[in-house]
Amino acid sequence: MGIRTLIVMLVASILLIAYLATRDTYSLFLPGLLQGAALTAQITVLGCLLAVAMAILSALGKLYGPTPIRWLANLYIEIFRGTSALVQLFWLFFVLPQFGVSLDPFAVAVLGLGLNIGAYGAECVRGAIQSVARGQWEAATALNMTRIQMLRRIILPQAFIAMIPPWGNLFIELLKSTALVSLITLSDLAFKAQQMNQTTMKTIPIFTLVLLIYLVLSLLITIGMRLLEQRAAKGLARGRTA
Amino acid sequence: MTDRPMVRFDKVSKRYGPLTVLDSLELDIARNEKVAIIGPSGSGKTTVLRMLMTLEAIDDGVIWVEGEPLTHMERNGKLIPADRAHIRKIRAKIGMVFQSFNLFPHMTAMANCIEAPITVLGMNRKEAEERAAGLLEMVGLSQKKEHYPAQLSGGQQQRVAIARALAMRPKIMLFDEVTSALDPELVGEVLQVIRRLGSEHDLTMLMVTHQMGFAKEFADRVCFFYQGKICEQGPPKAFFGNPQNERTKQFLHAVLEAG
Repeated sequence: MGIRTLIVMLVASILLIAYLATRDTYSLFLPGLLQGAALTAQITVLGCLLAVAMAILSALGKLYGPTPIRWLANLYIEIFRGTSALVQLFWLFFVLPQFGVSLDPFAVAVLGLGLNIGAYGAECVRGAIQSVARGQWEAATALNMTRIQMLRRIILPQAFIAMIPPWGNLFIELLKSTALVSLITLSDLAFKAQQMNQTTMKTIPIFTLVLLIYLVLSLLITIGMRLLEQRAAKGLARGRTA
Repeated sequence: MTDRPMVRFDKVSKRYGPLTVLDSLELDIARNEKVAIIGPSGSGKTTVLRMLMTLEAIDDGVIWVEGEPLTHMERNGKLIPADRAHIRKIRAKIGMVFQSFNLFPHMTAMANCIEAPITVLGMNRKEAEERAAGLLEMVGLSQKKEHYPAQLSGGQQQRVAIARALAMRPKIMLFDEVTSALDPELVGEVLQVIRRLGSEHDLTMLMVTHQMGFAKEFADRVCFFYQGKICEQGPPKAFFGNPQNERTKQFLHAVLEAG
């Protein structure tokens, strides 16, 4: 879908929310839901940052680390990819305290979801690095660069562009996974909705608003990633179409 | 020590599984010598350059550069496989130009030429840009400094690649079939630059090439590789004028036939 269409969808969704907010049946719920949405957005942003950091570190560790690091990176990727995010959150929140490590629920949410998505991201970072042509490594070797200089200056900038679309998917995946944090006592968007629904039974207005708010958040991610992709591809594409 | 060879392959072998690509190669290259390496595909000629550039590990023997081992280092009077720091120290003397150019696509011509001088040699940007500007002028691309590789023709890209390699001030330059990926009308401009390099700079040059005319006119020595060995070598006049070996004759006949 073109970026213009996405922006039209975003504006339409926001306008629809604003319009619904003028009607009594809906306006009652909006402030509480927006509060929940703010928490959802915070967890998403911090979780994404952690996921990116973990993905890059573990992909580099898996590709170029000495044996123990490679082993550790593999262990992380397989465990966090191979078990459900819900179980991971429960582990961090209910099991770790039994070993004397207590984290507050917000930290658990960011840590759990960030580590989970980071494990998926590691494979997409690895794939992007390996997609850079071998000749680029060879040219950098012939210029006597160190491994780290090659990665930083030559390989990662080119791999970066290939990483952006899959990361867009992962960020949205993380956004949607935040609904799980209601199970570890956090009042996120999904939790607020359930709570209001149980007390008022106004299912249609509540879940209509929730749907629209999630859509706005995910459209923001998609549009942001598209802009980033266009910007990053500029240098590479310059002249190619001329 | 002036008679010490610039490069020495001392019984160097390279194998891929059961396939022996180079079989106990012995080859000395003198300072400032221009050596053309020719031969049919699969004869191991490109492998010679790639081993010298440390892009391929060797299985046997030692490669020496200016009397120092490249692939090994001395410890207690014995040669042990070189570590990365040692390889980088010796490799600094060598530059290479590739068949497929391998320019960095996310950098302009200028940025391609200053990248390694700044990050590897620690030069400041201004100094590196001055050096690169001079080299880009020498290869005839002063007007294309701010162009990205995708905006340049193959011949122009290859000339940038030559300038990029020279910016590191190597003593030895390796050219791996540098005109093979070019349209015929662009071959001349690249060969012209190499010709100029040879006459204006103190450079030891090894080139794998299919341009027999160029090898004949430019090289001090021609080496013909066949099945992982040097089958015949000599000054171009004798080599092309009066080849001794049956394989050489066949190869030259076939190549010259094709035009």
